[in-house]
Amino acid sequence: MTGRIAELLRALGARIVNNWIWRLGFACRFLWFTLRESGASFRRFHLTIREIYFTGVLSLIIILVSGLFVGMVLGLQGYDTLVRYGSSEALGVLVSLSLVRELGPVVAGLLFASRAGSAITAEIGLMKATEQLSAMEMMAVDPIARVVAPRFWAGVISMPLLAALFSAMGVFGGYLVGVRLIGVDEGSFWSQMQAAVDFREDVLNGVIKSLVFGVAVTWIAVYEGYDAPPTAEGVSGATTRTVVTSSLAILALDFVLTALMFRGH
Amino acid sequence: MMTRKELDLWVGIFAVIGIGAMLFLSLKVANLASFSAADSYQITAKFDNIGGLKVRAPVKSAGVVVGRVGEIRFDNESFEAVVALNIDGRYQFPKDSSAKILTSGLLGEQYIGLTAGGDSVSLKGGDTLKLTQSAVVLENLIGQFLYNKAAEGTEKK
Repeated sequence: MTGRIAELLRALGARIVNNWIWRLGFACRFLWFTLRESGASFRRFHLTIREIYFTGVLSLIIILVSGLFVGMVLGLQGYDTLVRYGSSEALGVLVSLSLVRELGPVVAGLLFASRAGSAITAEIGLMKATEQLSAMEMMAVDPIARVVAPRFWAGVISMPLLAALFSAMGVFGGYLVGVRLIGVDEGSFWSQMQAAVDFREDVLNGVIKSLVFGVAVTWIAVYEGYDAPPTAEGVSGATTRTVVTSSLAILALDFVLTALMFRGH
Repeated sequence: MMTRKELDLWVGIFAVIGIGAMLFLSLKVANLASFSAADSYQITAKFDNIGGLKVRAPVKSAGVVVGRVGEIRFDNESFEAVVALNIDGRYQFPKDSSAKILTSGLLGEQYIGLTAGGDSVSLKGGDTLKLTQSAVVLENLIGQFLYNKAAEGTEKK
């Protein structure tokens, strides 16, 4: 009996060490390599520009449309609740604060993970499976400097811009529904918003959040791609893991960052 | 495959609208442009009770935001709250101006109302406002009301 329990515990420990701790350590070492080899992505900036096109520009449609709809829904739902307390003019405050502080960075980050993160993992994983990465090494081209680092920096640069676009589009959507459709007073919609939203406290903290999410998502994406088993199954599994892990990472990091930023207000 | 020129163009457009969205959030949503702390002077005011006043609450005169609350601390000598007000450098107030703690709306946030006096000398940085009126604390108000009612009752007998 005790032997059986010991066996189970040993299997559990081996699983945790092999699947989690070993991978986390390798991921950290991988991030360090990526940062060390990042010089080329800025010296030859066109490499990064190409990746910004694929991660940032091609994510624009989904980010802008989702932002607009999230803002419009916030406008409708917020009005419905606020009008009961006779303070429908505070709609602008509700829409803008929820977007700038939370929804903008988090929802844009989740969309970014599924739209761009999965593509990065699949691309790098397939490059590895078809031995393009080994071919680069043969030609004395460092695949981390040539393939991984530009994608990493493109994601880090794109994410704050996408989150800002999401929030701006959401505020516009809330304005469309609140002011144009329902008829909340336009002057008090904007002036209450401007009085309540603080630049450093709300806007800058939102940008910091989205920057952190950008680092987390692209780090997970390039790592999973680089670490993927070089088979069709392995690449598909790595792509799924990217979306799941980075979504969980965004939500967990969001809680930590919110606790640090908005504590005691 | 796209040429490098086309890629540059698209990424350029992306960067421009992304930075445009950030500017929109900072200028239109957070209203950063209206008041900058760059050219402001600081005056202090002492209150018996500041109620729920918070740092960065607006300082208004005639309903217009003329500054922000910079710092709130407790004076252990006089047992009063010392509030530092950062007033926008564009606005000058007479030396005998008074400050009140007011509430916007019934349950709104608290702000400082600045009422101009009649002195010909203007306030400078580091000056202290002499005339202040504390925040209205609802419990004290209710207490006073009950006390008055009780007093009326005894008079009638």
